[in-house]
Amino acid sequence: MAILCDKNTKLLVQGVGRMGQFHANLSREYGTQVVGGVAPGKGGSTIGDMPIYNTVADAVKDTGATASVIFVPPPGAADAMLEAADAGIELAICVTEGIPVIDMARAKRALAGSPMRLVGPNCPGVVTPEQCRIGIMPAQITRPGPVGVVSRSGTLTYEAVDQLSRLGIGQSTCLGIGGDPIIGTNFIDALTLFQADDETKAVVMIGEIGGSAEEEAAEFIQSEMTKPVAAFIAGQRAPKGKRMGHAGAIIAGGKGAASDKMAALERCGVAVSASPAEIGETLAKHAPGISG
Amino acid sequence: MNVHEYQAKALFRDYGVAVPEGELATTPAEAAQAARKLGTAVVVVKAQVHAGGRGKGGGVKLAKSPAEAEKAASEILGMTLHTPQTPPEGKLVRKVYVEAGSAIARELYLAILLDRAAEKFAIVASTEGGMEIEVVAEKTPEKIQTVLVDPNEGLHDFQARQLAFGLGLEGDQIARFVTFLGGLFQLYLAKDCTQVEINPLVVTDSGELFALDGKLGFDDNALYRHADIAALRDPEEEDARERAAREIDLSYVGLDGNIGCMVNGAGLAMATLDMISHCGGSPANFLDAGGGVQEEQVKAAFKLILQDEQVKAILVNIFGGIVRCDLIAEGVVAAAKELDVNVPVVVRLQGTNAAEGRKILSDSGLALIPAETLKEAGEKVVAAAAQATEGA
Repeated sequence: MAILCDKNTKLLVQGVGRMGQFHANLSREYGTQVVGGVAPGKGGSTIGDMPIYNTVADAVKDTGATASVIFVPPPGAADAMLEAADAGIELAICVTEGIPVIDMARAKRALAGSPMRLVGPNCPGVVTPEQCRIGIMPAQITRPGPVGVVSRSGTLTYEAVDQLSRLGIGQSTCLGIGGDPIIGTNFIDALTLFQADDETKAVVMIGEIGGSAEEEAAEFIQSEMTKPVAAFIAGQRAPKGKRMGHAGAIIAGGKGAASDKMAALERCGVAVSASPAEIGETLAKHAPGISG
Repeated sequence: MNVHEYQAKALFRDYGVAVPEGELATTPAEAAQAARKLGTAVVVVKAQVHAGGRGKGGGVKLAKSPAEAEKAASEILGMTLHTPQTPPEGKLVRKVYVEAGSAIARELYLAILLDRAAEKFAIVASTEGGMEIEVVAEKTPEKIQTVLVDPNEGLHDFQARQLAFGLGLEGDQIARFVTFLGGLFQLYLAKDCTQVEINPLVVTDSGELFALDGKLGFDDNALYRHADIAALRDPEEEDARERAAREIDLSYVGLDGNIGCMVNGAGLAMATLDMISHCGGSPANFLDAGGGVQEEQVKAAFKLILQDEQVKAILVNIFGGIVRCDLIAEGVVAAAKELDVNVPVVVRLQGTNAAEGRKILSDSGLALIPAETLKEAGEKVVAAAAQATEGA
């Protein structure tokens, strides 16, 4: 089961520059079916043994690709998302960091009503352990198991996954949703998928300062979820009005502080770890019987 | 990126957003000249720094003659302005804006920003101009009106009219407001703004509308397509270390503690600050060296951290996913040798090739303190900083 991707996923790579090629290879080594790349003007050529197409539509027609990972640089990334949707791709994961927020607001609006699910941008991607890797995560730290992981961060996701794996707790799917102000898949979307997934028995959610996505997720967890959720919010020590690396990580107008998010989650029955070193333990305590 | 009021107003003018006449001055004599040229009974001399609340700090003065304008400018130029929005050390004033005075009948508030939850642009208006909008939102939320604008449809005239009537405007003022807001929204989209705030937007005795103050913020990610906006950057207004970091593609935010931090990835970097606080210490900075940090960035990051004289200990926290920890370890060793690092350095390497990385650190002969887990790293660096502080 798992969510979003598994061994049947057929993956395209949009943007086959140095980073796109490097991670396409790692995904393939992990066992992911990487079926082709898209580079306008280079259709008909190959990179390694990966066939290259001019358009996503050509690639889908020829390969039956169901998913796409986008490494296209910021000026063209929003367009790449729309192209993937137009070609009938089911899942697009955008790794690109630095897309102007107005481009993203317009693309997200244009995708409303499209059956394609977008994850990201500015995200590390998704790994279903021992089945499929899309994006840039170090899949070797994951292990199969019952815990869904969803996070706005990259390396902090790895930290949390590593803490779980060291406690003998495996993951159903690990998902980074991205650190930008506007993203395709938000916490509630991911939690909805984990709640519906039979293999997922509990969820770890990693939020950070900025916006109100964690507060909205807290309400959702209380009203819609039966599975236990543990959480950590990064940025408890962040000053107001400063962007902390991610474009979306900023306490603006007195809103988006970690303490508010932690309180909202606790009120809704989520086990919140105050320390980033105890994310795994917090889940293990909150969901007894989960450790493997 | 933020700009000065005078720069914001020049952009307003380009987009048909009404502003009072004004001139920039960098000397008292220029201020007198500007007042003479404007020729109005009253001019306002305003400090140009990137901070609000300038009036409260003595950075805004009225003048009724060119001589008074000269005197006001001589008092403001060179002063260190302290307002609720300036950093603790204040801001040195290098420029003033001399503006024609207006006969103010009403003060309103108008802003455009991104509503992240709605994924639309929010236009926020209030009858309580001149006050901080956060205070209005808390005390009298009914005095704030918001309309949401679809990013693909743009602003409709009826939405502007709704706000105009809600603000109690009447007669010709309605059409003026629709033009004013239309221009402002066009500017917001055309220049990739993240924030436009006009506080106050004034209605004059004769029913004209003017942006009396103007704050513009721009999307750093979109500056590549706005050379004109990027050129407005005032390096004097930015923290020197944050600027130096940006120039080498590191993300740095200065804090007030004594433990320097170098981390790969923004989320883990924030969590590292949290870890230090959790262990009873105080971080000196946020530093994200990037998810794919290389040896060169490690060295550059060390240099930056060591420029802060408060730093009594350093924590390097790298989760090697794609990045190999042995390469990072070599970078740390090279940087520590080359830069003559004289504070204790705790290094936590985890992930790919972490064991090899730790071996490189211990074989280096340098007094680097290894740590395996995040918690151990936090505890060790807090202890090291405490010891260094006591020893001093």
